[in-house]
Amino acid sequence: MADKYKMASQFIQALPHARALGMELEQLEGGTATISMPYSEKLIGDPATGVIHGGAVSALMDTCCGAAVMCHPNNLSHTATIDLRIEYLRPATPGQRIKTTATCYHVTRSVAFVRATASDEDETTPVATATGTFTVGS
Amino acid sequence: MKKRPEPVQVVKQRRDAVLRTLVEGVPYIQFLGIEFERRGDELTGILPFKEDLIGNPLLPALHGGVTAAFLEVTAIISLSWSFIWQDMESGALDIENLDRDHLPRFPKVIDFTVDYLRSGLPRDGYARAQVTRAGRRYASVHVQSWQDNRARPFAQATGHFVMPQRKD
Repeated sequence: MADKYKMASQFIQALPHARALGMELEQLEGGTATISMPYSEKLIGDPATGVIHGGAVSALMDTCCGAAVMCHPNNLSHTATIDLRIEYLRPATPGQRIKTTATCYHVTRSVAFVRATASDEDETTPVATATGTFTVGS
Repeated sequence: MKKRPEPVQVVKQRRDAVLRTLVEGVPYIQFLGIEFERRGDELTGILPFKEDLIGNPLLPALHGGVTAAFLEVTAIISLSWSFIWQDMESGALDIENLDRDHLPRFPKVIDFTVDYLRSGLPRDGYARAQVTRAGRRYASVHVQSWQDNRARPFAQATGHFVMPQRKD
């Protein structure tokens, strides 16, 4: 498992766009992944409020869901997103780190099913939730 | 007496200035490097390729999150643009004092569903959005993106939005 963690951690560091957003892998085990991303002014989507753009949250969600699929015991290869739906429950508080946890809850021979939640420092209500399907095998 | 049509340069300058103010005020759009081209009221989002947008360096392919963000940016800008259009053309919008604070607030995204059709290649991407329905409170927008061939989109998305309320 340590090797797998190291591999996935390096994998995230090797993704140029994940690096550009400053993503950090916090947990990765048995189909569940946690990745966080710091607040940054360059990610602001609404200049009037300083709230980060939904697209940046999408990128975090997509990376985290993909990582969850990759660490699922029934899937040992790389994966690609088939479909990802994100619901934006509330604006993320400016200045706060965003943390996403994704769970790959079912894997068939060709499809992985994933759910994810993103929160800022106030974890009572998530900022966004996501559901997605991903490819399995090549 | 019928009003004479405005000189074409006046019309173009006004529309381009409003579009520029709308797009340039958003740091995240600058971060991704997204640009917009205008033909009349039709907008095309352009995502010039750069190394930072790569997700999988082995293929290499655009990051799925970049694709989602590009579609979302194109959807929001296109929806805002269609919301502003009437006020911009009627003169209700103060063009002399144009800045981000004098434009309406952006619509708020409720949900956004991305359909990944093929992997994004390491080259420029284009996107166009269609406002399928724009009501007083809610709007539904469909957006499609392609690279080399318009007939072979690499992703599409549908999103729902809450519209900003007009000050009466």
